[in-house]
Amino acid sequence: MKRRFVLTATCAVLAAPVLLPLPAFAADTIKVGILHSLSGTMAISETALKDMALMTIDEINKSGGVMGKQLEAVVVDPASNWPLFAEKAKQLISQDKVAVVFGCWTSVSRKSVLPVFEESNSLIFYPVQYEGEELSKNVFYTGAAPNQQAIPAVEYLMSKDGGSAKRFVLLGTDYVYPRTTNKILRAFLHSKGIGDSDILEEYTPFGHSDYQTIIGKIKKFASEGKKTAVVSTINGDSNVPFYKELGNQGLKATDVPVVAFSVGEEELRGVDTKPLVGNLAAWNYFMSIKNPANAAWIKQWSEYAKAHGIPGQKDRPLTNDPMEATYIGMHMWKQAVEKAKSTDTDKVIAAMAGQSFKAPSGFTIEMDAKNHHLHKPVFIGEIKADGQFNVVWKTPGPVKAQPWSPFIPENKGKKDEPTAVSTVAKK
Amino acid sequence: MLRTLCIALAALGLTAGAAHALTAVQALAIAKGDNDARIAALDAAAASRDPRLPAFVQALLADEVKIAGDAVYIVQNGKATDAASGAAASLPEAAEDASNNNRLRSRLEATLASLQLLSPEPAVRSAAIGELAKTSLDESQLPLLEQAFAAETEPALKERLQRMRATLLVSSSDRSKRLAAAAELGGSTQSAVAGLLQERLGSAGESDTEVRAALQKALAAVRARLAWGERLAVVFTGISLGSVLLLVALGLAITYGLMGVINMAHGELMMIGAYTTFAVQNVFRTLWPGAFDLYIVAALPAAFLVSALVGAVLERGVIRFLYGRPLETLLATWGISLVLQQAVRSIFGAQNVAVENPGWLSGGVQVMSNLVLPYNRITIIVFALAVLGGVALLIARTRFGLFVRGVTQNRSMASCVGVDTARVDMLAFSFGAGIAGLGGVALSQIGNVGPDLGQAYIVDSFLVVVLGGVGQLAGTVVAGLGLGVLNKLFEGVAGAVLAKIAVLLLIVVFIQKRPSGLFAMRGRSAEA
Repeated sequence: MKRRFVLTATCAVLAAPVLLPLPAFAADTIKVGILHSLSGTMAISETALKDMALMTIDEINKSGGVMGKQLEAVVVDPASNWPLFAEKAKQLISQDKVAVVFGCWTSVSRKSVLPVFEESNSLIFYPVQYEGEELSKNVFYTGAAPNQQAIPAVEYLMSKDGGSAKRFVLLGTDYVYPRTTNKILRAFLHSKGIGDSDILEEYTPFGHSDYQTIIGKIKKFASEGKKTAVVSTINGDSNVPFYKELGNQGLKATDVPVVAFSVGEEELRGVDTKPLVGNLAAWNYFMSIKNPANAAWIKQWSEYAKAHGIPGQKDRPLTNDPMEATYIGMHMWKQAVEKAKSTDTDKVIAAMAGQSFKAPSGFTIEMDAKNHHLHKPVFIGEIKADGQFNVVWKTPGPVKAQPWSPFIPENKGKKDEPTAVSTVAKK
Repeated sequence: MLRTLCIALAALGLTAGAAHALTAVQALAIAKGDNDARIAALDAAAASRDPRLPAFVQALLADEVKIAGDAVYIVQNGKATDAASGAAASLPEAAEDASNNNRLRSRLEATLASLQLLSPEPAVRSAAIGELAKTSLDESQLPLLEQAFAAETEPALKERLQRMRATLLVSSSDRSKRLAAAAELGGSTQSAVAGLLQERLGSAGESDTEVRAALQKALAAVRARLAWGERLAVVFTGISLGSVLLLVALGLAITYGLMGVINMAHGELMMIGAYTTFAVQNVFRTLWPGAFDLYIVAALPAAFLVSALVGAVLERGVIRFLYGRPLETLLATWGISLVLQQAVRSIFGAQNVAVENPGWLSGGVQVMSNLVLPYNRITIIVFALAVLGGVALLIARTRFGLFVRGVTQNRSMASCVGVDTARVDMLAFSFGAGIAGLGGVALSQIGNVGPDLGQAYIVDSFLVVVLGGVGQLAGTVVAGLGLGVLNKLFEGVAGAVLAKIAVLLLIVVFIQKRPSGLFAMRGRSAEA
């Protein structure tokens, strides 16, 4: 009996500092979780987002913080390992007690953390374009939905200026985002009168590095009919061998243009872009966009990268669309917290509706009143010899997101706002 | 090809006088505005055979044209000239780049080539025909082609021009012309022609039955020719993948195959080789930027030595205490692989590092219209064979190779006759590690270089060695190339994801039937 008491007491004493957050610290700062892969196949894309989040926190802190409190970043590395994303998310929420999380790139990682956020009713800001078909109350999607990226890009390819493409190769990494996007695109192409015989769908595993066969197939497919274009949803560092092979095999953009949805300035950093001139990307922001807001933002980033010695960025600072989305998301969260005068999840969600922010893309971006997505402009750019993009097409203004694609019949009647019972909880 | 064209054009642009000069209005109309209007302006200028036009088009293609207000400038080597007059000018501050999209770029390329069809130089004409064959021509270019065809004297070029003319005539309103064009196109080797014929056979295309039959025949002939390119491409990509597998497995064939060390850190030794390449590249970039293209030659011995050194340290520090205890070796080397990965992460960062291909490894050689063999792949095949030859010679013909074979076959007997077995072990292991380093140099040229590069290849390399038969160099070669070709055959049919699974299943079944691999070791040493 006595021994047990001693044991229990010891446990209690040991556990106390872990279980009870020290109030003195909690009052000073608001913790913000950053959940991006800093190693593995996705590090090529996600590392810059971590640094951008840190820069934004730095900026907010210098201007007085949020509600007079300084932000404190908690950075974790889920290492491109999808189950680890969920574990790290749990750690951020229950152990570090963060008020909000900024993170994820791949949809599979977002799907992995979603139950964690819904269960604990916490908030995550997801900064990357994705396939839609999801609407959770606990997520703010600051990247593009398919109608803000994929659909306009394919429409452009079919237009006269885009080369009047009649046949499409849908090429992707084998996971939920490319599969779903291609399902939507196939339905869209059907609606434009393009049959299944004019669509070739191909997938490769994560980290795939030998694209000889794929390029061969594209060439063969292109020789079997009218003008062909490739829609690439390849994610992560596979893009480097893909574009290298494309250049080496002499497949030029004037013959078969490739439009990519996950390739931006950062992914092209290590690639010789001279043979790739003319290949396309569709985003809601490009570094080459000329306006004062963008120039100031790029300058801020360059100085931050230099001051903090960020590898690569300190010598050649690059900004891209998901970095912009991270920047917008964090500022909107700050505005919402100040409006709600609380970091409480439900109050912040209510205050997020209708928030607006002057973004580096040159437009004032608005958070939709209901559907947790941003209204964003769409740009289509062609790769230039220096690795930047030359904007060849853009929408006149921001476009409202359609998370439930109208091209998928099952989506009919789905509400354009998060439902009370979440999709995951039902399961 | 394009380069010779450009040089010739530049020469032409310089020698031609300003007899029929491009006007400033024309230059502006071509450089700026709506794409349709720009193309119309370009066609008008091309029709008047303006002598300054080629140089201007070439500058547009090279992104060297800037616009300020209504003035158009060409900026070359930091010096601006007025596009219309060719006189030197100072570039205003607010000048903007003239931007072209794909549609304009392909149109500019076609115009450039078509202007060259009447060049006095056969080489220039030949390059121009090659360039034009890749673009899709339209009706408006027919008179020019006719003119070029009539003027052409070289029989080979005349034939190519005739075929190109046929791609336009095949949709002519004259039935006999269509018939002749269809027959002509049957001799083509261009994949674009197959697409054109297919399109003509579609619902909106040809309606005459006789012409349709001729088109069908032509399409079948072109397809048959293209099929050869496709078959050769599968063989080449298979051999290419096989050569990569061979390279990554060769080092393991020594450390695991001959010495019996289950070395889970083999992949990390390759990674060290790749990172050494990266380091050598950076040294060249800062110290000898002029000789940058040669960095890869210096990287080979450097990668071999660094990896061999790490291998020697591993052998002396850990593995020699674990000989004959495969399970402990496996765990220890796996731990070492994690340590090495983390070490690289701490030094170079977790992100991939960029290893640039030297200029002579970029691009490829065009063998057929649908078959391009990239230089980096060809080089790796040759390199793999060279390394293989070196290893085979060293093991079979040298005194060191004799010792290695002696020690691995019968350690105590070798020791009895005076061989320093500990030293041979260390040298053999570091030799295997060095070969892995060489593999790393090759991998850095085709894939990503990151801390977990080795993880992607460790399973493949063990598969090759086990499948080939442990301790058999010939087995490693056959298994490496065989797996490469097999993988690419499956990939062509079933896609990359299924091909990987299918190959793994096949190996599992094969190992069940023949546990000792393709080439089983026979004789007394097999039981040892």
